[in-house]
Amino acid sequence: MIRDITIGQYFPGQSAIHRMDPRTKIILSILYIVMLFVADNMWGLLLGVLFGFAAYLISRIPVSMIWKSMRPVVPIVIFTAVLNLFLSTGDPLWQWKFLKITKEGIETAVFMSVRILCLIAGTSLLTYTTSPIALTDGIERLLSPLKKIKLPVHELAMMMTIALRFIPTLIEETDKIMSAQKARGADLESGGVMQRAKALLPILIPLFVSAFRRADELALAMECRCYHGGEGRTRMKQMHLSGRDVVSGVITAAVFAGVILLNKYVNFLPTIW
Amino acid sequence: MKKLIETEHISFSYEEETGLPLVLEDVSLTIGEGEFVAVLGHNGSGKSTFAKHCNAVLLPRTGTVTVDGMNTKDEDKLFEIRQCAGMVFQNPDNQIVATVVEEDVAFAPENLGVEPAEIRRRVDEALKAVGMYEYRESAPHQLSGGQKQRVAIAGIIAMQPRCILLDEPTAMLDPRGRREVMKVLRQLNREKGITVVLITHYMEEAAECDRVIVMDDGRVLMDDTPRRVFSHVTELRQVGLDVPQTTELMTILKEAGLPVQADIIDEQECVAALEALLTR
Amino acid sequence: MSIIKTEHLTHIYSQGTPYERAALRDFNIEIEEGEFAGIIGHTGSGKSTFIQHLNGLLPPTEGKVYIDGEDLWADKKDLRRFRFKVGLVFQYPEYQLFGETVAADVAFGPTNMGLPPEEVEKRVRESLRFVGLSEDMMEKSPFELSGGQKRRVAIAGVLAMDPKVLILDEPTAGLDPRGRDTILGEIREYHEERKNTVLLVSHSMEDIAQYAKKVLVIAEGRPAMYDTVESIFGRVEELTAMGLAVPQISRVFAGLRAAGCPVPENIYTVEGAAAAILTAVKGGAAR
Repeated sequence: MIRDITIGQYFPGQSAIHRMDPRTKIILSILYIVMLFVADNMWGLLLGVLFGFAAYLISRIPVSMIWKSMRPVVPIVIFTAVLNLFLSTGDPLWQWKFLKITKEGIETAVFMSVRILCLIAGTSLLTYTTSPIALTDGIERLLSPLKKIKLPVHELAMMMTIALRFIPTLIEETDKIMSAQKARGADLESGGVMQRAKALLPILIPLFVSAFRRADELALAMECRCYHGGEGRTRMKQMHLSGRDVVSGVITAAVFAGVILLNKYVNFLPTIW
Repeated sequence: MKKLIETEHISFSYEEETGLPLVLEDVSLTIGEGEFVAVLGHNGSGKSTFAKHCNAVLLPRTGTVTVDGMNTKDEDKLFEIRQCAGMVFQNPDNQIVATVVEEDVAFAPENLGVEPAEIRRRVDEALKAVGMYEYRESAPHQLSGGQKQRVAIAGIIAMQPRCILLDEPTAMLDPRGRREVMKVLRQLNREKGITVVLITHYMEEAAECDRVIVMDDGRVLMDDTPRRVFSHVTELRQVGLDVPQTTELMTILKEAGLPVQADIIDEQECVAALEALLTR
Repeated sequence: MSIIKTEHLTHIYSQGTPYERAALRDFNIEIEEGEFAGIIGHTGSGKSTFIQHLNGLLPPTEGKVYIDGEDLWADKKDLRRFRFKVGLVFQYPEYQLFGETVAADVAFGPTNMGLPPEEVEKRVRESLRFVGLSEDMMEKSPFELSGGQKRRVAIAGVLAMDPKVLILDEPTAGLDPRGRDTILGEIREYHEERKNTVLLVSHSMEDIAQYAKKVLVIAEGRPAMYDTVESIFGRVEELTAMGLAVPQISRVFAGLRAAGCPVPENIYTVEGAAAAILTAVKGGAAR
């Protein structure tokens, strides 16, 4: 159950997208999100959806993974969609007491849902095709100008790497501790809120103790491997912008321009009907 | 043999103020280049503390530790010392930093500021040396305990150390993982001439080493070849240690008055000795 | 009647996904009450999966588990009762300690059973005595103790439930020889006094040979052998072929037999070996 979390799950591969520079991928992902929110008619949004889908096809990530990435946010999407559906102003198509459904409501609900789902799918593609360490590296390097204003960029990136490294370990550990306490008759499934919160203590305390112990040992191991912060540190993997990055940048820019054009000039076409 | 690590009358206590109890008491040892040494002792005997003195993780209260001619108290030499004597710990999970095997192996050379192309070469070489090259792109949490521990060893090898200190590297492994790690250590020692200092609870591992140091209460109790160390069955038992079953058997037989050698640590040798005895 | 019985027990992890893996396949075993059995097998042989079925932590994909003649999964709501009947000590159990004091931690199990406070108190004292921890330890924080002591507190936490079946998954992993002998000795004492059933999972054949009376060998998700220690460790070749070790002394005796020496097959301890050699030598001298 807790093992099914996919955010941050990397699928090694050799596709064009996998081999792109992480910095390009991060920037283009941000651009993609902006694009989704810039698109304000159906055609623009459709272009955005198709673009995302095409990227998945190129990456050779199984299409089922798109759905897997979206699944956790479905409740949020449904919630916002319902809110938008019933709480928008406009001409009611249907009304019952204070609840009414309007044309605008449906429109906003559909737009918001599609945007959120695409946003998740898009960022998931970034994490599916980029190893967490490349991702962290990319962020570190993109943010490195901020070192000048004393932002501890390297340290933050290191923390992120370590967090990513230990998530699976701690998930496994949580599973183990839960089993062990259940074996001593811990009841995690019944009782009221207070009772359940109390029942979590036998799991949380050992988990924290173990996390601190691990942190201690890891710090020592890092010192033994001559870690002394970012200063004078080199990296095995160098990042090079290649033709691939330029091409993908141009394509994304073109799609972005397309979205803007569609916004501007295709307004006379029906928006949703 | 060239001296690599030398401790002279070192004492240590974890209590800053009182300085008591002493965890190490007047320990003077020399580890020569290319040796394969096991350090035995029960929990709390001071063996881990000793190892931590060999790469300047801990500094002695009194006495000096010299690693390849450098005094561990010399702060300017800290990274040189740690590069010369790398350390592998018990829990393989808590010493792997990166989320990809090869990135983890690259961690130390990156810290040392080695050129990218040279790091790549060292990482590949280190991974091949421990037989984990095919797993270079795997995530550490997908590996078995023995494999993780080999990655940790590769992470040290990539610093090109003269010596590896291992603090109970096999304690959390299953028998297969233990065999894998021992095989890798023997190879590194034989083929690359890397000095190995292995802290362990497993007597059969110590029996494979060239030299065994037994520690008790912060002191060196024995320091000799495994054969001679293990022949002291009673003394070892007294300090909470085991001997290989073969040695134990031969000791009992000898005490029963049979004409056998008690200092037998190897299975084949034991079979041969018993065969000679039975077909006499 | 057997205390543990499984019928066609099958467990498949992540069923219906690409990661699908059968950990247990048609696993049939009967273990008698009062047995002290060692469980051996490779990592990944299904040992852990098997023991987690005995107290209902894992539900069988197929098949049945009977404890003391009762079907474990007959009524899901009643499942917790079996957790107290079958006490399970996991690997590195000291990492599950959470109580403010040693006594509070050990009391967790018996309190969950709904026992009256006096009975809980009594059990805490008794179980701490079994693991050799003195009364003045009771009010200490478990996090102040040494590694070996923590492990014993954790084991006491399961003993305090007074389970009919006690299962220990590598209780001595990572301990030094003295710590190992102490813990195994305490478990044997507990077993002899309470006459309960003990299952000891271990990678150390020497430990199994010394403490267990029977051995269950698990391979590829099935019980490959279940017999007395004597007869299991006599089958050196079979075990070696399965990639499992036997006690060093059994290997030596297998070597002797291969060399044509007429030594018995059922040697698995140093004492037994010494006696056998002495008899053989004396017999030879008399001839």
